[in-house]
Amino acid sequence: MTRETEPHVLLDAAGVEETLAQLADGIVSGGSTHDLVLIGIRRRGVELAERLSVLVGDRVGGPVATGSLDITLYRDDFGQIGSMPLIGRTEIPVDVTGRRVVIVDDVLYTGRTIRAALNEISDFGRPSRIELCVLVDRGGRELPIQADYVGLSQLVADGEHVEVRVPEQDDEFCVRVVGADRTGIE
Amino acid sequence: MREAGVPGLGKDLIGLEGLAGETIRAILDTAEPFKEISERQIKKVPVLRGKTIVNLFFEPSTRTRISFEFAEKRLGADTVNISSSGSSVVKGETLVDTARNLEAMRIDMVVIRHGSSGAAKFLADRIPSNVINGGDGRHEHPTQALLDMLTLRDRLGRIDGLRVCIVGDIVHSRVARSNIFGLQAMGAEVAVCGPRSLIPLGIEALGVSVFPHIEDAIEWADALNVLRLQLERMDAGFVPSLREYNRVFGVSNARLARAPRETVVLHPGPMNRGVEIDSDVADGPQSVILPQVTNGVAVRMAVLYLLAGGRPELAEDAKRGSS
Amino acid sequence: MSERVWIHGGRVVDPSQGLDGPADLIIEDGRIADIGGGLEAPADAVSIDASGLVVAPGFIDLHVHFREPGGEHKETIASGAHAAVAGGFTTVWAMPNTDPPIDDPAAVGFVKAAGEAAGGARVMPIGAATIGQKGEQMTEIGELVAAGAVAVSDDGGPVANSGLMRRLLEYTQSFGIAVLQHSEDIQLALGAVMNEGPVATALGLRGMPNCAEAVMVARDAMLSELTGGHLHVCHVSARQSVEQLRLARDKGLRVTSEVTPHHLILTDELVRGYNTEAKVNPPLRTAADVEAVRQALVDGVIDVIATDHAPHHYEEKEREFDDAPFGINGLETAFGLSMKALVEPGHLTLSDLIDRMSCRPARIMGLASGSLRREAPADIVLLAPDESWTVEPTQFVSKSRNTPIAGWNLPGRIRRTLVAGATRFEREAGE
Repeated sequence: MTRETEPHVLLDAAGVEETLAQLADGIVSGGSTHDLVLIGIRRRGVELAERLSVLVGDRVGGPVATGSLDITLYRDDFGQIGSMPLIGRTEIPVDVTGRRVVIVDDVLYTGRTIRAALNEISDFGRPSRIELCVLVDRGGRELPIQADYVGLSQLVADGEHVEVRVPEQDDEFCVRVVGADRTGIE
Repeated sequence: MREAGVPGLGKDLIGLEGLAGETIRAILDTAEPFKEISERQIKKVPVLRGKTIVNLFFEPSTRTRISFEFAEKRLGADTVNISSSGSSVVKGETLVDTARNLEAMRIDMVVIRHGSSGAAKFLADRIPSNVINGGDGRHEHPTQALLDMLTLRDRLGRIDGLRVCIVGDIVHSRVARSNIFGLQAMGAEVAVCGPRSLIPLGIEALGVSVFPHIEDAIEWADALNVLRLQLERMDAGFVPSLREYNRVFGVSNARLARAPRETVVLHPGPMNRGVEIDSDVADGPQSVILPQVTNGVAVRMAVLYLLAGGRPELAEDAKRGSS
Repeated sequence: MSERVWIHGGRVVDPSQGLDGPADLIIEDGRIADIGGGLEAPADAVSIDASGLVVAPGFIDLHVHFREPGGEHKETIASGAHAAVAGGFTTVWAMPNTDPPIDDPAAVGFVKAAGEAAGGARVMPIGAATIGQKGEQMTEIGELVAAGAVAVSDDGGPVANSGLMRRLLEYTQSFGIAVLQHSEDIQLALGAVMNEGPVATALGLRGMPNCAEAVMVARDAMLSELTGGHLHVCHVSARQSVEQLRLARDKGLRVTSEVTPHHLILTDELVRGYNTEAKVNPPLRTAADVEAVRQALVDGVIDVIATDHAPHHYEEKEREFDDAPFGINGLETAFGLSMKALVEPGHLTLSDLIDRMSCRPARIMGLASGSLRREAPADIVLLAPDESWTVEPTQFVSKSRNTPIAGWNLPGRIRRTLVAGATRFEREAGE
């Protein structure tokens, strides 16, 4: 149904920058920032968390602890998809116990990634509070999970894929929707 | 979706012979993120939750079994240990019956340690479960060689182009064979050194050079992998005495001091201090013996993870082979 | 016993008389009564149409293991005797390493009687060389021979003690029999399960070097030289043994030897994958050894082909390599495998092969069979040398199925085997 369609750009570079600034504002006003830890989910969530860390740091006048999470080993579809040799590192530089953790990811879809991330973070300690920040919420949830900070809410059909492109990996900064046959990594 | 599994890795890990360098590299790369899990507060991920793994040990082995058990538990698997002292093997059950019983209990993976060369393959050919060779006779001990290579890579930054000399009882050693096959696949040069009575005739056919003198081996090598001298070799007449073995082939600081470079020293354990290796070497800065142990858990986690990656077509093949 | 048989229309190949051409045979009272072109059918004769087939003296195997008593689940004397005729053999010499070993006259009598009762090939008992085959005290060899033993051997293992071997080569001369030696230096072969070499090294299996065999061949040849006794070297496998045998022949010693079909074509590469079907003692060696033993057979340095037929139950082979027993089931594949190893590539003619499988074994051991001369026992095999077939162990007449060549296509099929003029085995074309 969506084969051969041209990518449809939801946010261009300026739009992404603007949206990230709004998300940073939201995180700052959403709770205390002295014990804040931003944890990005590999792969695109990590770049977004690093940018948010700078933006939030600017607003509160100090550095913000930032980590990364690879949820491969916590997925609920292992064995159906086969093992994946490329497991990224999980790096959480501080003890999360008693702190405010904000999970950062690029796209919120089924919610299964976030479920895995919650389990993994629990194995590192017991945060006082865990929130979720996403650049795009595309709908289509399969679990009762909602984001606390959403950059853009946009319902996207099941056959399509929301792609967040970041300069570090893709040489451009944008959010776009592509057809089913170009599905990358979810 | 990413491609499932590692190319070249089948249902089982029986040995490193015939594995391509890229396959071994993929296993070592997979081991990297697993190192971090063992540093966590809660040293456990749920990736093998619900999988049943049997550790079938027909030979006494404390460290390999414990290393596998840690690896399995840190991946969230359920494990059962069967060791020869308490098993039906003593009662005369054949390995083929053991295999059939394991199959009937629907287990997912088996780690087997056995005194006979070929026992791991024998089991793997008869059950659909994944089989990992934890050491079979004098044949192979693939996870030991993998952890040796991971440790070498950690220390020296590469394996390709390294010169590694395996020292000691080559003829009876499964560790030696796995290291030879693995290191060569990864582009290293391999030599062996020891009394000729403990080096198989015709080992040169495996592309291995032989050093009769430890001094020459040390001068040549970037790393020495020092094997345990089984004490019973003396009784069987392979070497006259442990004292003489130490004097002629023992790895000592005095010998290492003459090396043109900082030689890395590995040992698969358990060590006979003062026989094949002196204590000041084992505990000294050139030794990577404890990092080897740490890496052992990570490598075994990687192997378990990769083999467990749901490959029904391979399991079906094995089942057909057993009928 | 006055039944007559008329075998007509075949190509008779009998190297003992230098015959190879169309001829007919008449058998009377279990013996060859006449042989020649265009023989008329005698009155009341059983007629056997041999057109398109080769008619040859029945094969003689100087080395089989029939496992009875003690190992009847692997093979009995009866099942072995029938497997033999299915392989074209009319006479087999049964090794004494049963449980208990055939080391007294009663046991020899038992094997002989069971062989006669079986109605297959002629089964000739070999007596143990030492009591219990322990390598310590000589058996009552005279009594064994009187009871029917045709030779002595401790096969399964060697007579290791040099002094004892000397006495055996001396004492047996009173009875005109050979000492059949399994040549293996036990210390050099300690714990070994295959050939020593790169394959054993890669597999981590203990290997036995060629010289474990050759040193004993050399020693025994010298003892034969010293004593004048008849040494027969079993299943030669190593090229260094061939050198020793060549030396013995050049000196004119009373040394004879045999080689198995499997050592004439298979190598230790077959063991890869821990294939217990390829576990045999002496072990499968390298291509250079195969070449050497083949050439020795062609040159006459090795006299005969013998199977070392060693049946084992499938359960015993379905084990870890170290624990599986040595041995290959050989009687029913011997002719086909020898055809493939020797005749197909042009090393020997069909007539030469029949010579190595029938005439020469008879000649070196002084048997009346192994020939289609008038008055010879009518032990005859009818062959379809060009018919190819597939080795299917489940079709074996033998009780056991252990062979490393299952699924192989072999040239040369046994179509009928007669012992003393009576048909003991028959198979249709393509069966």
